[in-house]
Amino acid sequence: MIMNNTGFPILSTLIFLPIVGAIMLLFVNRSQEGSVKRISLLVSIANFIISIPLFTNFNKATHFMQFGEKHEWIPHLNINYILGIDGISVLFVLLSTLITVLSVLVSWNSIKTKVKEFYISILILEGAMIGVFCSLDFMLFYIFWEAMLIPMYLLIGVWGGPNRIYAAVKFFLYTLIGSVLMLVGIIVLYFTAGNTFNILELMTKTYPYQLQMWLFWAFFSAFAVKVPMFPVHTWLPDAHTEAPTAGSVILAAVLIKMGAYGFLRFSLPLFPQASMAMTPVMMTLSVIAIIYGAVICLGQTDLKRLIAYSSVSHMGFVTLGIFALNVQGMEGGILQMINHGIVTGALFLSVGIIYDRTHTRQIADYGGVASVMPVYATAFMVFTLASIGLPATNGFIGEFLIILGGFKANQLAGVLAATGIIIGAGYMLLLYQRVFFMQTNQKVLGLKDMDGREILTLLPLVVLIFWIGIYPNAFLGFMHESVRHLLERVNTAGIQDVAAAKNVIEILK
Amino acid sequence: MPFVMPDLGPVMPEIVMTCLALAILMADLLIKRKETVAFLSILSIGAVAYTLPGTMGTTFNGMFVSDGYSMFFKLIFILNVILTILISVKYIAVERVNFGEYYSLILFSTLGMMIMASAGDLIVLYLGLELMALSTYILAGFIRYDRKSNEAAMKYFLLGAFASAFLLYGTAMIYGLTGTTDLKAISAYIAGNGLASSPALMLSMVMFAVAFSFKIAAVPFHMWAPDAYEGAPTSITAFMSVGPKAAAFAVLGRVFLTAFGTVKIEWAPILIPIAILTMGVGNIVALSQTNIKRMLAYSSIAHAGYMLLGIIAGTNDGMASVLNYMLIYAFMNMGAFAVVIMLRSEGFKGDNITDYQGLAKTHPLAAALMLVFMFSLTGIPPTAGFMGKFYLFVSAIEAGYTWLVIIAVIFSAISAYFYLRIVMLMYMKEPKESVQLTTSPAIGLALAITVAAVLFIGVLPSVFINFARLAVAAF
Repeated sequence: MIMNNTGFPILSTLIFLPIVGAIMLLFVNRSQEGSVKRISLLVSIANFIISIPLFTNFNKATHFMQFGEKHEWIPHLNINYILGIDGISVLFVLLSTLITVLSVLVSWNSIKTKVKEFYISILILEGAMIGVFCSLDFMLFYIFWEAMLIPMYLLIGVWGGPNRIYAAVKFFLYTLIGSVLMLVGIIVLYFTAGNTFNILELMTKTYPYQLQMWLFWAFFSAFAVKVPMFPVHTWLPDAHTEAPTAGSVILAAVLIKMGAYGFLRFSLPLFPQASMAMTPVMMTLSVIAIIYGAVICLGQTDLKRLIAYSSVSHMGFVTLGIFALNVQGMEGGILQMINHGIVTGALFLSVGIIYDRTHTRQIADYGGVASVMPVYATAFMVFTLASIGLPATNGFIGEFLIILGGFKANQLAGVLAATGIIIGAGYMLLLYQRVFFMQTNQKVLGLKDMDGREILTLLPLVVLIFWIGIYPNAFLGFMHESVRHLLERVNTAGIQDVAAAKNVIEILK
Repeated sequence: MPFVMPDLGPVMPEIVMTCLALAILMADLLIKRKETVAFLSILSIGAVAYTLPGTMGTTFNGMFVSDGYSMFFKLIFILNVILTILISVKYIAVERVNFGEYYSLILFSTLGMMIMASAGDLIVLYLGLELMALSTYILAGFIRYDRKSNEAAMKYFLLGAFASAFLLYGTAMIYGLTGTTDLKAISAYIAGNGLASSPALMLSMVMFAVAFSFKIAAVPFHMWAPDAYEGAPTSITAFMSVGPKAAAFAVLGRVFLTAFGTVKIEWAPILIPIAILTMGVGNIVALSQTNIKRMLAYSSIAHAGYMLLGIIAGTNDGMASVLNYMLIYAFMNMGAFAVVIMLRSEGFKGDNITDYQGLAKTHPLAAALMLVFMFSLTGIPPTAGFMGKFYLFVSAIEAGYTWLVIIAVIFSAISAYFYLRIVMLMYMKEPKESVQLTTSPAIGLALAITVAAVLFIGVLPSVFINFARLAVAAF
């Protein structure tokens, strides 16, 4: 069921305000870079402020879709413009609006060429990202999902590092091939379910087991590439490493969450039996990703590449939690996605801050940074510890819940995942030691500590790290109902609940 | 039997077109400024478009059919010819082939297409096809002093003549089999006499498939296309890649779904391998092209492959999706060619892919437009190309060809590589040399129309999809 508790099309505003902002930028003179930046900052902050009511007015006592909107779009194919968010998606919308503001801030001085195009891409990307999390029509979802590729491709390819073109093309082709297979799956689903793309309606039906299997893998091809799961993760280190700071941040914080979100929103509720049957495969792949990603990190010499591989490991935790198919695992998985968005986003922002000063990403070029940039070193320490999962930081809550859930589902998986945390502590502390302590490198002598803008960029993330770490229920509370409902659907293999759901659809009509 | 004047209502647009095209040919002798001739040509097209509504009906004993289907195609032809003229005006002056016959030949070719779209009889179909083809052969060789242009015309002519021969063979065989050339009568005869599994019928269907495959440049009958597209004047390449292809699809749909509609199970296996090969060869060979006109030629081959899916589906939705795609393709391909044509300037060919290097820095607007067209040709939302492909795939899956659609989407993902290469060169490389753009208000108008259409259909496709469905409703 869709409810709108504000009476204001808040989700549409969130999607289209940045796009309108991008169109406005088109008409700004190329040479007025200052106004281009100010307009984009203004638009992204406005969008963030508009998204706050989602946090404050959200009804946590229901799994129904909230802040809903519905309009006819392509009537002949029964494609509608339906938006709405529930406990699973609400936090991602907020994360997207926040991260965009930070991305605009961090790019302020570091983007020097094609400034106008850069901010247009960022704003369009924001609109598409929010669209992905809000769409309740499969076609609408797919359109935002693919449309996102265009600005991201440009962000990596135009403003990225030396090997940017290779990375951009690889990113684009990997995701596109995965997505088009999902498109076929979506169309097959459409006909099987009786000509509807409405996700809520699709979820009220049960599908033959054989078909579930096929579709599960069709969807897997799209979501697994985005997550990225082992063995289709190879685009990620390149894309993350070569992208400009803002691009890496958005990629890490929001884009790769969409894969896991896709599993939660589509694969599990639509194909419960196939998901159950595939749990062992998915858990194995997750555990491989956790350990493999962590081990690879130990050998990295490039700051951004190290953080990129750590994402593979962390996202392994997320998929492990989701496919544990119990409350702890799933809530941990969702929370860990938010955590990873915050922490890895913060790490990429931090790397961007120092990269702007030194223009090198090699760990060997650093050393003793703590003595020249103490404030920066403190902030980085917080992010490092959160990434490791120290208690009182958000990372602890997420990883703890996931391991708990993983252990309940499969003891071996739980144990192996826990070793991932240990290696994680290893590579992160090693990184911190080599960059911030040890002998002061000539190259970092005389570096200025962070200025106000940069502190402002990192501050919200530090706050969130402790907020979630100390009082996680402020965030977990959003998802209880939705996760419970989802698990009910999966664990009863979607057989019960159908009659009840049909009533819901009646009300909707 | 007294002579009865046939009803000229349905054929009025063609009559008007014939008269005006002849008038343009004459006017050319008197008018020195060729821009005026171009303007008059557009006015003539406007007059033809004006006569289009209200011509529904059948005349000449069913030989000429004017229905929603032909109407839709005629609109595509009119659009195609208007856009071609808009992008030609400056270009043919740069190429120094600014002769008035150019415009009247385009009009005659379009007239041939219109006759094809309305053909209810194989003989009329042949007449239309020859009128279209002969005019286009000349246009392909219009740059007389350029060997490549001569080569293009020669190849196009020779292989086109082959195709015509195949078409005549097929027609002859069908006539021998059924005693008629009327499409509806053929269908009735096949159904009434249990001809479904006749080898002769099979053979004639193969002949038709081959003939039309030549015209839509489907693999393995595509060999002429890259050379013809590369050598022909760019404006004519644009014209050829949309108009004749659309006309060939019009007759392909009409012949296979009307005359052979009852034996779909027999011809689908002929078209399926052609479709797969067309998508495969088109997309894969395009990867290695260094000349943008050749690349777009292969891309146009690949797009014919996607559109064949709609014909293979054989349903009303399938046909509607072909119509819809053809219209979208007309916009996005014309747009891409309009950008290509702007790069041609006095003493600079500008048809190498590397000429696009750094275009975003020197000419941001042109680069941004090209970006939209390239993403649309790839089929990335929110552009029209995505909506077109999506509707094609939906109708093919509905007809039970899921596996074929999987092949199509994989090739379409591969195609991203060569379309994106243009974007990559424009945006991610530094300019090598400063490229001069040849702009004019006419080409600006063409670009404005195409980019607006590509984005509009991409966001709000339902008007066009409904229109296409209406067009095939009475099919």
